[in-house]
Amino acid sequence: MKTNKVKRLLLAITGVVLFLGLWEALPRFGIVTPMLLPPPSDIPETFLREVSSGAWHTAVLESLKHYVSGLVLGSFLGVALGVMTGMSRTLEDLTNWVVRLLRPIPGLAWVPFAIIWFGVTPAAANFIIIIGVFWINYFAALGAVQAVDRDLIELSNAFGHRSPLARLFKVVLPASIQPIMSGLRTGLGQAWMAVVAAELFGVAGLGQRMMQASSLLATDIVVVYMITMAILYGIVDTTFVLVRDRLLAWKA
Amino acid sequence: MITISDLTLSFDSDRGRTVVLKDFHLEIADGEFVAIVGASGVGKSTLLRVVAGLVKPTSGIVTRDSPERPGRRPYAMVFQDARLLPWRRVVKNVEFGLEGLGLSREERRRRALEALALVGLTDKADRWPHQLSGGQRQRVAIARALAVDPDLLMMDEPFGALDAITRQALQDELVDLWQRTGKTILFVTHDIEEAVYLADRVVLLAGSPAGVRSADRIEASRPRQRDDEAARHTATEIRTRLHGYVQSGEGI
Repeated sequence: MKTNKVKRLLLAITGVVLFLGLWEALPRFGIVTPMLLPPPSDIPETFLREVSSGAWHTAVLESLKHYVSGLVLGSFLGVALGVMTGMSRTLEDLTNWVVRLLRPIPGLAWVPFAIIWFGVTPAAANFIIIIGVFWINYFAALGAVQAVDRDLIELSNAFGHRSPLARLFKVVLPASIQPIMSGLRTGLGQAWMAVVAAELFGVAGLGQRMMQASSLLATDIVVVYMITMAILYGIVDTTFVLVRDRLLAWKA
Repeated sequence: MITISDLTLSFDSDRGRTVVLKDFHLEIADGEFVAIVGASGVGKSTLLRVVAGLVKPTSGIVTRDSPERPGRRPYAMVFQDARLLPWRRVVKNVEFGLEGLGLSREERRRRALEALALVGLTDKADRWPHQLSGGQRQRVAIARALAVDPDLLMMDEPFGALDAITRQALQDELVDLWQRTGKTILFVTHDIEEAVYLADRVVLLAGSPAGVRSADRIEASRPRQRDDEAARHTATEIRTRLHGYVQSGEGI
């Protein structure tokens, strides 16, 4: 058992080394020019330069601001409306066709309107992120609530918890927390994509800094921000999983 | 005294009106243990749900002459599946019916632990439901029902899903609990031996629409023997009657 674990760890490390080696070799041996693909060994230096100039902090902070506010608002609206629709047949019927019409429109298709309505501002970025995150959470919550075991609702009624609010907090929400959490987690990734997309259009942040760098063919800077995004997303996702596992301790 | 008067229940569907129960009448004395037997599908469970207020009857009324007392619920139900909430620890499951009664947190906890002690599961209070055996889960469900101190304890084939040995153990525990608490019990089962072994009175539900076809008082003194001659005779009589109804197409 233990040797197996060590073997898998060694293989994973070997994979990383091979990947970095190949990446390093391509520009070093002149197979591609370093301008098209900067070698990884150049990246730390570029990173330090970005940090000392202050550009890195500013870009990361701006992006995180868009990310967090858009994510929180979009997730909340999506879960809240999804849960309400799941609990009310009337609301479901009322929204059915509207949802079917709006749902297939990709979040990025809203960029023109975002710019017309809000200009190239953080609000525009927020808008794009909110739309992207909203649908994921809406459908996750709706499906989760509709899948709650009817027997548990009956139990809730049998023991006097008959008001919609009591039912919501005693049974419906706890019973559907797991799929709702999955939706939230998918939204974490989706929101990152939306952040970068919105910033590529000029809203300040990581995406904008990448566009500036690429227009100067400073590809090493582009790579710094790509890695920054991957690491930021990794931190956010890992934190989320930790919190979720605490909340779902009863699953075991 | 609990009086179920002239209960009629019918459903309207595309294929017309289905009358499930018609003019069902039953009086249950305080502290009495009444069992309802009948073929599966005859409407026994539906009857319990009407009495519990989970299904609205087409006509008829259920009355009880005991006064409303704070901190209690008039009816409590034990289902065939234990129906515990997997996200609550055992003691919190027992507290489920006590919430919303205006009791303090300490009072709820005290009563839940008292009920758990009655079913002999004090040491399992902090476990999760999935850590219990089937018999233990059903004991928790009984504790949850007892905790609200109901005027009428309703049980819907509560031991039907258990293995034979656990079932016998729980039957004996239930009689013991009943004698110690003096609860009034309405017990639904399709197992005639079980009904005759447990109850003071065995009511046969048959026909379509279903009504009371017979009510036998079981005179055997307690503690009862499982091989009691008179009880076995009564069971055979009830079974013969039930077969008669089934054969004449009136069983369900």
